[in-house]
Amino acid sequence: MTAILSVEGLSKSFGSLLVVDSFDMALDDGEALGIIGPNGAGKSTLFNLITGSLPPDDGRILFAGEDITHLPAHLRCRAGIGRSYQIPHPFRGMTVFENLLVGGAFGAGQSEAASYDHCVEVLEQTGLASKANALAGSLTLLERKRLEMARALATRPRVLLLDEIAGGLTEHEIRELVATIGDIRGHGVSIVWVEHIVHALMSVVDRLVVIDFGRKLDEGDPQAVIDNPAVREVYLGIAVE
Amino acid sequence: MTSRVVHSTRASRIGMSVAAVLILVLLTVPWWGDRATMRLLVEIFYILALAQLWNLLAGYGGLVSVGQQAFVGLGGYLLFILVIFLDIGTIWTVPMAGVLGAVISLPIAFIVFRLRGHYFAIGTWVVAEVFLLGFAQVKALGGGSGMSLPIAAIKSIAASRADRDATIYWLALALAVAVIAGIYLLLRSRYGLALTAIRDSEEASRSLGVDNFRAKLLVYILAAFGTSAIGALIYITKIRITPSAAFDINWTVTIIFIVVIGGIGSIEGPIVGTLIFFLLREPLAPYGTWYLILLGVTAVVVMLKAPKGLWGLFAERFDIALFPVQRRLLLGAVDKPG
Repeated sequence: MTAILSVEGLSKSFGSLLVVDSFDMALDDGEALGIIGPNGAGKSTLFNLITGSLPPDDGRILFAGEDITHLPAHLRCRAGIGRSYQIPHPFRGMTVFENLLVGGAFGAGQSEAASYDHCVEVLEQTGLASKANALAGSLTLLERKRLEMARALATRPRVLLLDEIAGGLTEHEIRELVATIGDIRGHGVSIVWVEHIVHALMSVVDRLVVIDFGRKLDEGDPQAVIDNPAVREVYLGIAVE
Repeated sequence: MTSRVVHSTRASRIGMSVAAVLILVLLTVPWWGDRATMRLLVEIFYILALAQLWNLLAGYGGLVSVGQQAFVGLGGYLLFILVIFLDIGTIWTVPMAGVLGAVISLPIAFIVFRLRGHYFAIGTWVVAEVFLLGFAQVKALGGGSGMSLPIAAIKSIAASRADRDATIYWLALALAVAVIAGIYLLLRSRYGLALTAIRDSEEASRSLGVDNFRAKLLVYILAAFGTSAIGALIYITKIRITPSAAFDINWTVTIIFIVVIGGIGSIEGPIVGTLIFFLLREPLAPYGTWYLILLGVTAVVVMLKAPKGLWGLFAERFDIALFPVQRRLLLGAVDKPG
């Protein structure tokens, strides 16, 4: 398999605090990769660097063979990188359907009318069809998380970055969400998923990466990574069934 | 898939019919209205158009400018420059001032767009002050004491006073209708999606492929175009221009008051705000200071009690939109696959 997304020697510091420290990572086409790490380990910053919300201090980001390190955020989305935010950023004054249309009409590079059908499909896939005409500001937390995912899918991404999408949900809701994410994967979308709820992650991903203080602590088969004593030490308190 | 997407609602179809009738009635005013009524209506039209443009800028583009008087004054001075030095027909200066204002706004945009939030607001104000000081230096334009339109230029609008008044009236009405229709069509287009998205979250719109900078630049240039054209019209009605009046920050203060009390981020809001502004002003203006205090109190109360403005309060309670920009998905056919 060839890597669709890779980062090489990526670094970012805020003042004297090094948040991402010469980080390397590669995502194969069609793969689902999980990222775990304690709070403040640099997971969200890594996402912000990959999507172009933040400029890196050093290193390169490659997507589908192209160097996108200096590409603005909206062009990275159009190239095929979709993301969801840890704290949902819904377009509150727009309907759920319109939220998706923004992704369809800009991120997917189609005309608005041409993206209608795909947006309807995504609404059904993510279980939001009954909320299509509701204002996004009126949604519950689970629906907002689903909207984050649905909007990103409307851009027809090749890689989907999910930032703690299961956080704050009940067990039942997590199971539904995991099923949806599995379905998205089945459609050929590669996934990078940052999550604290490890059992949710374990049921989807092929490979697990552990970050601590901006560096890669371990990576590989999810179960083997979880069983690594060094990982258990930094991640003390996680329950693995 | 047989899903269908519609914009219109029952309220909006009624609203459109009422608007069409209202425009037809307004068109006939020069045949039966007196001079004072027409003058008042002209003022309402241009203030309404200015408010709509500021709402597009701030309510959708997130560009809270307090320096739109730069373009009101610029449009006004362009009228005098075009008429006196280039011998252009007075009425034609209105579209020309719009185009020139848009061109001049481009370099300004590249300066003020480097500033964010409050700094952007202050930056736009500074630009307007620079315009004021700059125009006051130009001897050929009368310097600080300004200048008047030559009689010949006034006569070139129409020979008789009644015809002149009617022409200016129709021009003002046409501008107001064109501004509202233009903004409505813009918001219903693909760019409307982008602008509404930017209004709600710049971060998310960027990550969904929207070029925020381009969308904001478009809005800034469109607002400059409209505001400069209206500026030329305003000074056709005023006949006399001075830098301190043309670049007066009160242009923008009035407009912000209107948009805020009416409801920012909707087309209906500035219409409601303009009506309230003139309803308060007409009977109360003679009281001077007390009138201004009342305006201030009105603004504060509305901001505290109805942050989305009076139209926002009303629209939320009754779920009504006269200018619907929302796309509704008709769900009946959604479940049938391909």
